[in-house]
Amino acid sequence: MLEVRALKKEFQALSGQPVVAIEHFSFRVEAGQFVSIVGPSGCGKSTLLLCIAGLSRPTAGEVLLHGREVTGPPEGLILLFQEYNKSLMAWRTVFRNARFGLENRSGMSRGQIDAEAQRFIELVGLGGFESHYPWELSGGMQQRVAIARALARRPEVLLMDEPFGSLDALTRIDLEDTLLRLWASLHATILFVTHDIEEAVYLSDRVYVLSRRPSRVIEQIEIKIERPRNQLTTREDPRFIQTRHRIFELISTELTRS
Amino acid sequence: MERIPWKGLAVLGALLVLWDLLSRLSSLIGNYLPPATVVFVTLAAIVGNGELLHHAAASLLRFAEGYALAAAISVGAGLCLGLWRPLYTMFEPVIELLRPMPSPATIPIAILFLGIGDEMKVAVTAYACSWPILLNTIDGVRSIDPVLMNTAATFRLGPWERFWKVTLPAASPQVVTGLRVSLALALILVTTSEMVVSNDGLGFYILDLQRSFRIPEMYAAIVALAIIGYTLNRLFLTLDSRIMAWHKGLTRKEEIL
Repeated sequence: MLEVRALKKEFQALSGQPVVAIEHFSFRVEAGQFVSIVGPSGCGKSTLLLCIAGLSRPTAGEVLLHGREVTGPPEGLILLFQEYNKSLMAWRTVFRNARFGLENRSGMSRGQIDAEAQRFIELVGLGGFESHYPWELSGGMQQRVAIARALARRPEVLLMDEPFGSLDALTRIDLEDTLLRLWASLHATILFVTHDIEEAVYLSDRVYVLSRRPSRVIEQIEIKIERPRNQLTTREDPRFIQTRHRIFELISTELTRS
Repeated sequence: MERIPWKGLAVLGALLVLWDLLSRLSSLIGNYLPPATVVFVTLAAIVGNGELLHHAAASLLRFAEGYALAAAISVGAGLCLGLWRPLYTMFEPVIELLRPMPSPATIPIAILFLGIGDEMKVAVTAYACSWPILLNTIDGVRSIDPVLMNTAATFRLGPWERFWKVTLPAASPQVVTGLRVSLALALILVTTSEMVVSNDGLGFYILDLQRSFRIPEMYAAIVALAIIGYTLNRLFLTLDSRIMAWHKGLTRKEEIL
């Protein structure tokens, strides 16, 4: 349903020199899949997501959603950022943040919007915090608000840019499981960018491993570990360990490549 | 509720007592500075006979008109300049040239164009107040984080929705900062322009009292001006903490961290 073909993105660096962030980049995501992208830091993962979300125009190549080229932010696709503290509206309470994405939906009454917002606040486990402001909450809770706001919109595709990157390990584990539960129950399609190899393997059906800049896909790995996954047993599964090993080797070879 | 700042009030009280004693004990000081008690009694007298209120009302009307005019024009212009980079680039040299010029310098020009009436004073006040509001609004709009604008875009907000629901609230703390700085400026310019040419208003009144050697009345009017300035600022802060409660909480949190 989502396809990226021969994408290329070039920047003008401050020195005036063109920098190629992404080149010959192709991959696809099927409906209902959980797909992760891992790669060395600074390899242009965020740039890639901005292009897919229609927020940045690729220099060459194309992004197709349901076979139609993405030229601006498409309907049915939401990008969720790592910087929850910047992406949430500090002047809106948790409840009003959650309903933000529904307010410009045609054909929804005020009552329906409120009910949906409330439902998603509860789904991400923030019941009781509706009237708090984001800055009154911990980082993990703030990212939950952002997830509720994104999912309440019922996107077919959710793009996530290192959403748990700045959270502590325990909060992260908790949010990974919340996300998997929601993904399964909402039948969403998720494209998840991370630099955490274990996180990618734990969450995904498929992992794309990226090269250094200019980044492209160097390997596509299918994760055939059954669901629902479990933080202990899944991570101890020999297939999990093998896959992690394989991806780690790919990335470290990539990092040491001169 | 706020706690009463006892220590601050004690210092203020001590200074008033010192003032009172000094002007009573030294005839040299007393000639030019009547005792505090005398000034406050005089203040009550000029409030009682309506003289002060007449002038204060004239000043406050000019203040309100000039301030409101500046707010309306500068918030609007600041939003446009902040949102549209080429426009800002075009106007930047003009802004940078006019901004550092002390605003009272515009009084003679305003007299030439508008005469010596209220229009002149309102215009000069509006001019002075415009700069902090304009510059803070521009800065407020331009410093909105791209992540926030990208969030608005991914939720497919139209230009108007984006403006009302994201740009304006995100820039509002800076706009309010500009408005607060201008509040003090407005009072300064109203008073100054009234001192230059007028037949009513506190600026005129204070200068007129000095010229007619009504020294206790002059001090009383100055004290009244201080009280008015203080009250306006308090009013502003009260309104600010109601409307911008979210921002107060946010900045308090950032201070702790």
